Amino acid sequence: MQATTTTQALVDHADDPHEVDYIHAKKGLMSWLTTVDHKRIGVMYLMAVCAAFLFGGVLALLIRAELWGPGETLFGADTYNRVFTLHGLVMVFLFIVPGIPAAFGNFVLPLMLGAKDVAFPRLNLASWYIYMIGTVMALWSVIAGGVDTGWTFYTPYSTGVSGSVVMMTMSAFVLGFSSIFTGMNFIVTVHKMRAPGLTWDRLPLSVWAFYATAIIQVMATPVLAITLALLAMERALGVGIFDPALGGDPVLFQHFFWFYSHPAVYIMILPGMGVMSEFITTFSRKKIFGYRAIALSSLAIAIISFLVWGHHMFVSGQSVYAGMVFSFLTFLVAIPSAIKVLNWTATLYHGSIKLDTPMIYALWFLILFTVGGLTGLFLGTLGTDVHLHDTYFVVAHFHYVMMGGTVMAFFGALHYWWPKMFGRMYNEKLARIAACFVFFGFNLTFFTQFILGSQGMPRRYYDYLPKFETLHKVSTSGTWFLGVGVLMMMYYFLKSLRSGEKAPANPWGARSLEWSIQSPPIEHNFHEIPTVVEGPYEYPQAVPAKAS
Amino acid sequence: MASAQEGTFWLPPAKSTVAGDVDGLYDFILWLNIIFFVAITAATIYFVVKYRRKSNDQLARSQVGHNTLLEATWTFVPLVLCLVLFVWGFRIFLDLTVAPEGSYQVQVTGEKWKWTFTHPDGTVRVNELHAPAGQPVKLIMSSRDVLHSFFVPDFRIKQDVVPNRYSTVWFEAPEPGDSQIFCTEYCGTGHSGMLAMVHVLSPEEWTKGDWRKVELPEGKSMAEWGGDLYKKYTCNTCHSIDGSRLVGPSFKGLFGREEKIQGGPSVVVDENYFRESVHDPQAKIVEGYAPAMPTFKGQIQDVELDALMAFVKSLK
Repeated sequence: MQATTTTQALVDHADDPHEVDYIHAKKGLMSWLTTVDHKRIGVMYLMAVCAAFLFGGVLALLIRAELWGPGETLFGADTYNRVFTLHGLVMVFLFIVPGIPAAFGNFVLPLMLGAKDVAFPRLNLASWYIYMIGTVMALWSVIAGGVDTGWTFYTPYSTGVSGSVVMMTMSAFVLGFSSIFTGMNFIVTVHKMRAPGLTWDRLPLSVWAFYATAIIQVMATPVLAITLALLAMERALGVGIFDPALGGDPVLFQHFFWFYSHPAVYIMILPGMGVMSEFITTFSRKKIFGYRAIALSSLAIAIISFLVWGHHMFVSGQSVYAGMVFSFLTFLVAIPSAIKVLNWTATLYHGSIKLDTPMIYALWFLILFTVGGLTGLFLGTLGTDVHLHDTYFVVAHFHYVMMGGTVMAFFGALHYWWPKMFGRMYNEKLARIAACFVFFGFNLTFFTQFILGSQGMPRRYYDYLPKFETLHKVSTSGTWFLGVGVLMMMYYFLKSLRSGEKAPANPWGARSLEWSIQSPPIEHNFHEIPTVVEGPYEYPQAVPAKAS
Repeated sequence: MASAQEGTFWLPPAKSTVAGDVDGLYDFILWLNIIFFVAITAATIYFVVKYRRKSNDQLARSQVGHNTLLEATWTFVPLVLCLVLFVWGFRIFLDLTVAPEGSYQVQVTGEKWKWTFTHPDGTVRVNELHAPAGQPVKLIMSSRDVLHSFFVPDFRIKQDVVPNRYSTVWFEAPEPGDSQIFCTEYCGTGHSGMLAMVHVLSPEEWTKGDWRKVELPEGKSMAEWGGDLYKKYTCNTCHSIDGSRLVGPSFKGLFGREEKIQGGPSVVVDENYFRESVHDPQAKIVEGYAPAMPTFKGQIQDVELDALMAFVKSLK
């Protein structure tokens, strides 16, 4: 039984003198900048995406502060438009798309597979550099005039408006390649680098999710690249593709854009769903309920997600029948997500549940993603979407899925793998308090926006009617609680790096392979490639099962 | 709640014939949401409390990993509910999309940042749509520049307005009253100021036709009326009255000011320059500003222009 070997291995390592880990294996800045170690690249990605998250978060605080009252509060309309555009672009392209896969996926995927690295380590490093180049381009375009098109770059507004739209779209173009590189690497790694005995039905569910994500990344991102290249050509060379003044069709841009960007929201959520399965099982010492259903639902989502883009365009002027087909397909993609949520809930049944911080974030995910998913029903339904489209309702729905889902999973992953990545524990009590601030602040901020949107408050408004003021004030005050939660998190994580208690190999008692090696791992992960004989969620049970 | 003056906690007042149907579906989905949310959250909380780890070495009570009947049920039931929503939603969507035969038709033009409504008899109104109660009204809409979207929350209708293409939307309001029109497709600086009103008139008022006349409202001075028109024609999105710089020059102290004109001599702002700038905004652009203003020729009446000038002159 691997169960015993794994446990044995843990005990062995706990007693072993600590071997030189990947952080201390080589010294100096250059050893990081030229590393091909997936763990170091994961850490470098983690630093970059955390910086992007903090930057995007400050922009969010500014947006909400400006909306404290109608009219000008902090800055003018043009600045506001630039700030919300930048918030969207930074959060989508610099944080949430690379967030979980590039930071945590890079770090744990090879460990979970029992591999020494990803399939193409140099490509992996290249993807980080491309990401950084894209980031510099994005920042450059902010300095060189800024962009106020919204993150969606809708034509013909984006073709006509002044500002550095070309530079910003080229930045997203470049960032897309970093995403494609990571995706290709993961697909090949999962196919070719699994340890002996690690069959497809023994893969941790986060591996399945990373795999499904990688498929979408590789297949959808080129479409974004083509779309943005066409947009840049139109702006720079006057080629008429989207701008009606040049004989183009502005609605075509929306089709192209959402053909990438709808699958992209699954690029953003699937990795979060993957790591959720790890938290839920680990902290309830329980086999996942419906392993196969969860794994296959990730693939189902990856496939169907390509066929639903038109639900962003129900009132765009596309035909009624296109609307009908897209509405139908949208309901189909809702089912696999619902299955996952119900499976996670069922996994808790008969478990041994401990509310450590990653588990708290898993529960936040479960609750908030459920709200995000259910409110999606209003938007997939044609008759109600017409009223709610482009209002705060959509903003709230999107943030419940993306922030309530993916960001909660990201926070969970940060707490879950922190001891593995850096070899130190953090202040658990502070972490739990911070998690409560985040949850409370999030709901205060975004639940009010469901009401605002239903009442007819349009999105991307700098100014608003006086009747919306109370709810806007409530929403803005929620962001301060969120801000406090994140500040606390920064404090105890930095403190942990300096003076945190040394982490054991397996602080949570989890079963997947990354916990069978010391924290932090040695440079080559495993002394010898492990042989796997059972699934990742084979926890023992207390007493022989009752007769039922 | 401040935001729920007349409508419900969730929705604004329902003032069109389709609004009731939309609200019925909204409420149905809302209840589905509540039921599923409460069920999932309650189960989660119950499990977390009941199966909490009481000692560090406590293991799971059982390792059930699978239950075909349960899994089939929670795949099938949501699927059926989704299909119900799909069909129900599509039927209402058809009602929202297809205007009845014989609707009263109004041309709508969206541009940065105003709405222009042209009635069949040639009456043109900016940012004010007049419509008869109890009669279907079909709007045939197009944009002069970028995408806009025509949204009336009280009617539960919305449709993007696209350049080089006509899109349509319709409504029938049973009762007279006023409702807000928003632009809901982001269109730049003045997006949130691109507001307009629907005035639904009783059949008597409609046939009487006073709404077609443009005259000084009773009890107001020309400058006061001009102040109303300054907002009605959304001059305020681009021209401040406090001297601050927006998209265009401020109205404060405008008359008598010497403005440098792009590629030409300076002008001293007088009535003729003001009128020319409203009718033909691109003729003389003040240096340092973009040629962003749409024309108001044929949309703003001379008497309104006089009122507007009286208002601007009052801003010292």
